[in-house]
Amino acid sequence: MILSGWGNFPRLDACLLRPRNLGDLRLALSRGPLIARGNGRAYGDSAINPAQTIDMRSFNRMCAFDSTSGQLIAEAGVLLADIISVFLPRGWFPAVTPGTKFVTLGGMIAADVHGKNHHCDGSIRNFVDWIEILDGNGNTRKCSREEDPSLFEFTIGGMGLTGVILRAAIRLRPVESGYIAQDLRPAATLSDAIRLFDENPTASYSVAWIDCLARGQKMGRSLVMFGEHATRADLPAERRDKPFSIPARRAKSFPFDAPSFVLNPWSLALFNEAYYRNGRRRAGRSLLDWDAYFYPLDSIHDWNRLYGRKGFAQFQCVLPLASSDLGMRVLLDTISKSGQDSFLAVLKRFGAEGGGLSFPMEGYSLALDFPIHRNTIDLLKRLDSIVLDFGGRFYLAKDARMSADVFSRSEQRRAAFLDTRTKEGWRSHFTSAQSERLGI
Amino acid sequence: MPGSVLILGGRSDIGLATAHVFAAAGHNIQLAARHAQTLSAEQTDLAVRYGVNVDLVEFDALDTAHHEAFAKALPVLPDIVICAVGVLGNQAADEKNLSSAIQVMRSNYEGPAAILSVFADLFEARGSGTIVGISSVAGDRGRATNYIYGSAKAGFTAFLSGLRNRLARKGVHVLTVLPGFVATRMTEQLDLPKALTAEPKEVALAIERAVKGKRNTIYVRPVWALIMLIIRSIPEAIFKRLRL
Repeated sequence: MILSGWGNFPRLDACLLRPRNLGDLRLALSRGPLIARGNGRAYGDSAINPAQTIDMRSFNRMCAFDSTSGQLIAEAGVLLADIISVFLPRGWFPAVTPGTKFVTLGGMIAADVHGKNHHCDGSIRNFVDWIEILDGNGNTRKCSREEDPSLFEFTIGGMGLTGVILRAAIRLRPVESGYIAQDLRPAATLSDAIRLFDENPTASYSVAWIDCLARGQKMGRSLVMFGEHATRADLPAERRDKPFSIPARRAKSFPFDAPSFVLNPWSLALFNEAYYRNGRRRAGRSLLDWDAYFYPLDSIHDWNRLYGRKGFAQFQCVLPLASSDLGMRVLLDTISKSGQDSFLAVLKRFGAEGGGLSFPMEGYSLALDFPIHRNTIDLLKRLDSIVLDFGGRFYLAKDARMSADVFSRSEQRRAAFLDTRTKEGWRSHFTSAQSERLGI
Repeated sequence: MPGSVLILGGRSDIGLATAHVFAAAGHNIQLAARHAQTLSAEQTDLAVRYGVNVDLVEFDALDTAHHEAFAKALPVLPDIVICAVGVLGNQAADEKNLSSAIQVMRSNYEGPAAILSVFADLFEARGSGTIVGISSVAGDRGRATNYIYGSAKAGFTAFLSGLRNRLARKGVHVLTVLPGFVATRMTEQLDLPKALTAEPKEVALAIERAVKGKRNTIYVRPVWALIMLIIRSIPEAIFKRLRL
């Protein structure tokens, strides 16, 4: 069947298997190399192996929850959405969440996802206590910071290339409500946005939407959004009795692949102008429910189809702190001059780097998405080299087309990862279209 | 406290999805299946997610001689019993193999009807209860491609309708569920049209709504009511020549 990531690019002919138990999984392993796949939210080809892609969504049981420590033990195919719907009413929320709740636990660990709190709390790595993995010989191995630490380090952020994640123990955080107190601050320029991040290092959550079409004086103008978990006292009186229940939102679906002319420079410019002005008008404090704050796009199912049949490419990089301001400026300038515009552009301050092959490092991250056009790949290549010049790196969960050369120049840890993969025999059992492309 | 729910065929995708939906609403659950102890991961999952009590009970739908004893031995007499027992079989192969054809007939009609007869009596005596039978649109009219399965489901549908008639004034609600295509293990080899195919969870939610609403017969996706109306309306003289 034809399989793709969330970006619908590339589309590859792949054999998708859905094992129901360990026996099925071992059988697949005995037939040759494979890659595990969760809910298909990685954008590119991370979770595709043309010969054997393993849909892990049948492994979706929760195994235990400790209501003192907040530790949840669950199988890899459990959806984050389920974790929230089960535990938020009991006063627990994921310690780290990506921008969609339609991801699996295994996928989150494999990509070492980060959220709007990375500058304070780091990536999900910091909240994983242990992982149980199926190794290349079909044996289950439990790993943690103490037990088999190398396997543990490389599994988190290892894109499924160290084995099949079966179960994991993660810690949730206690919250008093299902609401976020947001403080929305417009920033007229990129430097203003960076200053806002720098001045608010203790805000629990922070992220900026950035207008990457704005040029000249306005370049980098943004809406910076800070957030804190609302306490019960922060809620209006009528909500205090039911602090975890939020108004139901009707899920909408994007029903078809939009024609490619829908997203064009003019419609995007209009959208960005309107979005910025509207944001400036609404600046200040407000109360948002968790779903609207963390997962605004989840309410439109299949929003990826907005980009049409050709799909889109995500691009997310991080630049080291020292070169962020200048580097971001060069990136934005290149994008706005290219005439190819990103619909969603997100700027985020990261905290310290984690281990293994984890993406985040201290600095600023920029995430963009481009509908696939004739010149898109050329533009992305130009952006690659800018990121390399400024000492940055790329997020593999979003990558669909980076070259092996760019990857190895951006990633000093590549050699250690590859050595371990070879030495442990992972390389002959766990491969994806992405790992083959990147030469790992 | 919502009443307890017994799911016969608790290993099936629809059975498990139904367990999740009812457990989420606070019902205690009994999962009945062969080799029930192998469902312990599901048992833990339901208990962790919803904080309800989940029991596993050994049950063989074809072992009709022990159905009464099975019902009496249950930890509690359930308020709601949901029968998700069934096998699709393989029409082409079963046509040539009488014993496997009989297995399909027994699994889809005899076993389910027998065990629900037992609960019908117990519920009638108590004066309350809900019986849910998951039958099939395939029972609405026999077709060359699946009439062995379809005929057993037709029998089961008629059984449920009769049971409803019998128990209507006795405080017992009988619900017939006609799911249409559902994406489950049973159908994963088939190439099903997406617009007509429900997810197990959709079936489970429809059952929960219909139990609350005291409905008689439901098609999970309304389009199936229309499709089956058309299929039933085709004169036999024409129908017999069609490839369906």
